[in-house]
Amino acid sequence: MKDTIDVVINGEPRTIAPGVTLLELLAELALDPRAVVVEHNRQIVRRPALGDVRVAPGDAIELVHFVGGG
Amino acid sequence: MKTETPRRHDATMHDTPLTIGGRAFQSRLMVGTGKYPDNGTMVRAIDASGAEIVTVAVRRVDLDRSKNTSVLHHLDPKRFFLLANTAGCYTATDAVRYARLGREAGFNDFVKLEVIGDEETLLPDVQGLLEAAKVLVKEGFKVLAYTNEDLVTALRLEDAGCAAVMPLASPIGSGLGLLNPFSVRTIKRRLKVPVVVDAGVGTASDACVTMEQGVDGLLMNTAIAAAQDPVAMARAMRLAVDAGRAAFLAGRMPRRDVAFPSSPTEGMLD
Repeated sequence: MKDTIDVVINGEPRTIAPGVTLLELLAELALDPRAVVVEHNRQIVRRPALGDVRVAPGDAIELVHFVGGG
Repeated sequence: MKTETPRRHDATMHDTPLTIGGRAFQSRLMVGTGKYPDNGTMVRAIDASGAEIVTVAVRRVDLDRSKNTSVLHHLDPKRFFLLANTAGCYTATDAVRYARLGREAGFNDFVKLEVIGDEETLLPDVQGLLEAAKVLVKEGFKVLAYTNEDLVTALRLEDAGCAAVMPLASPIGSGLGLLNPFSVRTIKRRLKVPVVVDAGVGTASDACVTMEQGVDGLLMNTAIAAAQDPVAMARAMRLAVDAGRAAFLAGRMPRRDVAFPSSPTEGMLD
């Protein structure tokens, strides 16, 4: 088993540890799960489920929040 | 004791609240949070505007943390009604995706739906807009649809179940003011759902004239954010929206093509 996997986070290729959950990924990125919304392969993953979903090679993850806009 | 003076004053005292999607709002002015010189100015300007509904956009988190971009650090969601938009979306599919993310990030199921059809003018793609509106209404969203000043599209958006229809005064960020009062008035007259003019006002007189058409509310961003003094302009806009609304409720005099003296014609000296 490889010791890293390739994923795409917010459009950028990233290398992360295999088997991590979305919640662990957020912790690694120092992001507060209450402050971001996670989209995993185009599916929104709600906060309570973040610890249940494991990131697989090639996954596309979007991490979004509110910014100023009109 | 009154603590929130900007929200209640004479001009709106005898008005009914603006009700959208079952929620009542005292202020008929809604403001955006984009393009301010800094967050402190934004917060003070929003305060001065008296707005309750404040729009926000959904964007990627900056993973490098070169800047902390979350607007929630500066706006108390308990104090303001945060309205997520789908700005920047050019297809119905994208707009639906952003709306769902906004609902998840936010505090309500309202969305300001934008589907843009042209980069230069940012005019809406009304076909994509209707398509997205239908999907979102089915998913339980309260859709406030940003559209052009076309009556037929407005009627179709209402039929699709939109909670409010938002015709433009003129293109987003243009500051050209209300270009087509007749069309906006017609839309207001024909629709049952609230009509909130969104985009294009440049200064207080534009806001006043727009509200004088009888529309239910007005949303603006650039006119305040890009003013030389955004806080002062926010106050001007609050007064203008209230003045325009009050004038509409008062009912203006008819226009005449000839003069009619204000002073008596009798009792003049020989």
